[in-house]
Amino acid sequence: MKKSQIRPDYPERSDDPLHEVNMEVNGELITRNVSPRILLADFIRHHLGLTGTHVGCEHGVCGCCTVIIDGRAARSCLTFAVQADGSKIRTVESLAQDDGSLHPLQEAFKESHALQCGFCTPGFLMSIVSQLEETEGEIDLSEDGIRVMLSGNLCRCTGYQNIVKAVQSAAKRMYKTN
Amino acid sequence: MSTRTFGERVQRNNDERLLTGGGRYVDDIPLPGALHVAFVRSPYARAKILSMDTSLAKSRPGVVEVYTCNDIGALDTEMPLLIPHPSLHSPKTQRPLARDDVFYVGQTVAMVVAVDRYVAEDATRLVDIEYSEPQECNIEIEEAISDDAPRVHDDVPNNVAAHCIQVSGDPEEAFAKAEHFTKVKVRVDRSTAAPMECRAVAARFDSVSGELTIWDGTQAPISVRGGIASIFNLDEDKVRVIAPDVGGGFGQKVLLFYPDELLVPFAAMSLSRPVKYIEDRTENFLGSTQERTQIHEVELAANKDGVVLGLKDNFLHDTGAFIPYGIAVAQVASTAIMGPYRIPNSRVEYKAVYTPIVPVTPYRGCGRPHACFAIERAMDQLAEELGLDRFEVRRRNLIGDDEFPYERPNLLFADGLAVIYDSGQYSKALDMIIESINLEDFKAKQKLALDEGRYLGLGLSFYVEATGIGPYEGGHVKVHPITGKVYVNTGLTTQGQGHETVFAQIVADQLGVSPEDVILVEGDTGAFDWGVATYASRAAVVSGNAIHMAAEKARNIVLEAASNMLEASVDDLELQDGKVNVKGSDVSVGLAAVATACNPLRYAFNEAAQAATQFAPAARSDEPALGDGRAPGIETTEYYAPPHAAWAYGVHAAIVEVDPGLCSIDINRYICVHDCGNMINPTIVEGQVMGGVAQGMGGAFYERCEFDSEGNPRNANFMDFLVPYATEVPKVELHHIETPSPLNPLGVKGVGEAGTIPVAPVIASAIEDALKPLGVEKLHHVPLSPNSIYEALSVAREKNII
Amino acid sequence: MKPPIFEYFRPKSIEEAVSVRADHDYSAILAGGQSLIPTMNFRIANPTAIIDISRIDSLAEYRIDDSQIVIGAMVRQRDIELSDSVYKVHPLIRETLEHVAHVPIRCRGTVAGSLAHADAAAELPALLLVSNGCVVAHSASGARIIDANELFQFHMTTSLADNEIITEVRIPVMHDDAGWAFLEFTRRHGDYAVAGVAVILRFSEDGICEESSIASCGIGSRAVRLPEAEAVLLGKKLDSNIINEASQAGKEYVSAADDTHATTEFRQHVLSTILSRAINIAKSRARYGSE
Repeated sequence: MKKSQIRPDYPERSDDPLHEVNMEVNGELITRNVSPRILLADFIRHHLGLTGTHVGCEHGVCGCCTVIIDGRAARSCLTFAVQADGSKIRTVESLAQDDGSLHPLQEAFKESHALQCGFCTPGFLMSIVSQLEETEGEIDLSEDGIRVMLSGNLCRCTGYQNIVKAVQSAAKRMYKTN
Repeated sequence: MSTRTFGERVQRNNDERLLTGGGRYVDDIPLPGALHVAFVRSPYARAKILSMDTSLAKSRPGVVEVYTCNDIGALDTEMPLLIPHPSLHSPKTQRPLARDDVFYVGQTVAMVVAVDRYVAEDATRLVDIEYSEPQECNIEIEEAISDDAPRVHDDVPNNVAAHCIQVSGDPEEAFAKAEHFTKVKVRVDRSTAAPMECRAVAARFDSVSGELTIWDGTQAPISVRGGIASIFNLDEDKVRVIAPDVGGGFGQKVLLFYPDELLVPFAAMSLSRPVKYIEDRTENFLGSTQERTQIHEVELAANKDGVVLGLKDNFLHDTGAFIPYGIAVAQVASTAIMGPYRIPNSRVEYKAVYTPIVPVTPYRGCGRPHACFAIERAMDQLAEELGLDRFEVRRRNLIGDDEFPYERPNLLFADGLAVIYDSGQYSKALDMIIESINLEDFKAKQKLALDEGRYLGLGLSFYVEATGIGPYEGGHVKVHPITGKVYVNTGLTTQGQGHETVFAQIVADQLGVSPEDVILVEGDTGAFDWGVATYASRAAVVSGNAIHMAAEKARNIVLEAASNMLEASVDDLELQDGKVNVKGSDVSVGLAAVATACNPLRYAFNEAAQAATQFAPAARSDEPALGDGRAPGIETTEYYAPPHAAWAYGVHAAIVEVDPGLCSIDINRYICVHDCGNMINPTIVEGQVMGGVAQGMGGAFYERCEFDSEGNPRNANFMDFLVPYATEVPKVELHHIETPSPLNPLGVKGVGEAGTIPVAPVIASAIEDALKPLGVEKLHHVPLSPNSIYEALSVAREKNII
Repeated sequence: MKPPIFEYFRPKSIEEAVSVRADHDYSAILAGGQSLIPTMNFRIANPTAIIDISRIDSLAEYRIDDSQIVIGAMVRQRDIELSDSVYKVHPLIRETLEHVAHVPIRCRGTVAGSLAHADAAAELPALLLVSNGCVVAHSASGARIIDANELFQFHMTTSLADNEIITEVRIPVMHDDAGWAFLEFTRRHGDYAVAGVAVILRFSEDGICEESSIASCGIGSRAVRLPEAEAVLLGKKLDSNIINEASQAGKEYVSAADDTHATTEFRQHVLSTILSRAINIAKSRARYGSE
């Protein structure tokens, strides 16, 4: 069968309606036009190119897609991009300093071998950072307390033990607590 | 940096990237203009396809193409049977898109390609497939083998795909001589790997170069490349398969081929656009392979003192609707059933049974968790029946340190090679766990708790694991002339096991550089394309030793060249801190300069080249620039093929409190003694074991893929398929033993699957022990659950004491 | 698992919202989205219009009157959970919210949204029932109050009309001498309840139970009060026999069929256990519970 050599006229996009959204993402103001059904996770990843936020289940159980919206942890798979219009979003890409120095929690994860495949890691980081910040470290940092803090994020590689260790050590560094 | 890093807790050298959002998983690869795939999947287990109409779906704005089996040319055929076996008499593999028949809920029937995944999913609902009335089916393997059971495949009677018998020693004689017989029937249910990143495939065809590039979240890129090239009839060098960062695999990502792995490249070539398929969580439950269901009937023939003379095991293995990976899982189970025990006489018989549900391929543990559950529950029962201590019965049967290598004559492992345990200190492991538990203290606490109406129990389980199987892997080492950095390649992929760090350590030790200066590139057929895949706890053993050998060879080249350059004897040289030093002097040459000198160029275009010119040539003064048989640079390749598997082992124990009011468990302590030979990096080994235990906890108490009697999945989501959170996983206390494997230069054994294997029998044994005062029934079916504990407390229920 | 297309509305007032609601046959209210969006990602829910009420400022507040806590429909669960003023007048609310999924979900999810979603195993319907709370529903024809015991009809079904929107949740404050407890049994931390109970008890100075309110979730097609169990406690000093009797009475309310997590019989067993434990906790927290 001889194939036509004329380039076919494929559609570029669907006929979904578009809505304008404005957000501050990792300190930068952005304006985009999106379909109202685009999930914030897809918006961040594919429209903004910030692929550090991962998608693991799209029903809110695994926590891989956790970002911080207006200071609080949120599932970006359970949020439409249009809902976040006017919000401030922080993703994993915002944690390290501009000079590349790591956030204390990232540092602690590295030192404690708290990640293996790394897919769930950004979600853990954002969830933990938001909970530590929200409570200014005044949170139960016992082993059991940290495990409750971590519940809501699934990890299939580490068995969580080193993540617990990392949170303990990061909290110490961030809040000089014992 | 002269200290040996082998055995050290070296921090991983690629974490920073993963921690800052710099990971590159398949869906993160920028592919401008990429189209997106969604599949129409069968809603029925067994049914006939009467008609297919894609016209409405094609007319949906944003849809580019819709394919059925009629539109995929030569791909419309059964996919390969990867591992044939003489006992696999009725092998069946599936087609990329169903033709005429569907065999399980979730089987791919049509493929939509659209501008984005949202529209692609819309369009799957517009593809009109007319099915017959669903046919009768039976997913219970014990019933599926009966003569009148509905057949999954019309030409496979009794749904039996394979039937195998393995005999070692003289089991009949052992059973005739024995004084005591213990029988157990155990069942392990279906589960799934549930990696956090679902599977993903993207493809781009470059019509100018004729090159097809595939990004595949696979554990086996080289094998995928070979298969794609042959199926598409392309030169192998025109197909490049890259497994970038992969978010967990655990076996599920080793199968080739999944329908999408063929159809996505096909669409990319047909449509001249990049195409992506990013599997979602529902699809991972419906279409990606699962594992685990086996029913074992084990009988032990023992003497009154608890010494087991013989074993008979008869088991059924659920293989799902197809058997693309052959009988690997069942075969591994059949050779792991004797565990760490001498048991010199055995007869194991099994049947692999088709059921109209998702096909089965190896999942972390691969037959071992099943076999371990069977033998360890049997050992507990033997102890109970003979009135002996559970630890003591095991001690009497453990293979002695002086009995290695210990062969099980006539048995063949899944790789077709002999079953020979290479080394171990099994009794020492038992001593260590007893000491760590503090057995006497526990017994006192257990009694005290009981007086307060609390139920504490102790469980234990040994396991063995044949690791590091062949056929082979390679290692390629190259010292970069400008930077002196060392680039290393092998044919594997990593899904987080830390290859980039442990392989760096191996090379660093040989070349006297820091592990951070060793850069591993794997999972890319463009970088290195000899080898097999990451599976069966084999990376450290097979690739590790190949890389070690290549690094040794590179070291020799460095020493020889430096000897010429420094005009010193090789024996007087040492490699450290990225330099070659003349011992006891301040004379040295940098590794970069040696590498540069080994590549005799005409131009001194950088510092290393200028530095190199200060020394004598790297070649012998009486030879030309490249000596006889020498290649430019410091670059070596070696291959390692193990003689047979290296057997790792260990013993786990747990102290568990059971709350009869809720039938819930609280794990007070979880202790693990394990031996994977020499450890390259204890931190990474511990990570593997702890992660394995967490997955084992899932299999012991939480994770079960459920299907109704018509083959419909009942819990194909993360709300109902219970992957444990941090709150459900115990803290693990780890103790290491290092008995080197005599089989390979590094003395290593694999550890990837170890943690998962014995958890279920440990938990079952502990719960049973805790609830003994209430009269609990045997816990011989995992995963357990509060509900199943409740069911097992029938005596207490009748007496109304819970 | 991508949601279907819909028409998106973001009204600035309740009036505007109810008018959009009136104009669309199959609309859904989007507040926090933590229950709605997963069902859309699974394409179980396919609303043609989504009414995002997050820009209706009046719905974003909560206040405490003399007699009740009034929670606007956009108030996030996490705000109420962390509110000390709410805790002071109704400590059971925090204890219940701590059992609702996980922190990131509660940061987005709203109290009203969970009630409107009415999952049979969700915790907040039981809280509303045990507290004798109600919701205010607006439609184009005005507002009405729906009591908790009328609101929950069936799993994911309320008595809310298609043209109505919950705008407020009202929960009477708890007497300061009351004892309370929320307990649930889940397979994993944060999962929906296999069975859950909420208990509020008050006692006379001589330790007689004078008020008894018990609700449960996860045990049938909707959250329910357990009047038979409540009746056992009323007018009595709560010794272990009475508490046991009440927990046995509670079993009768288990109507859920066997599912992947529990058989009916096991659910009854669990319910009776958590019920007796919750009664004991509430009793110990009540001012006169231990005489």
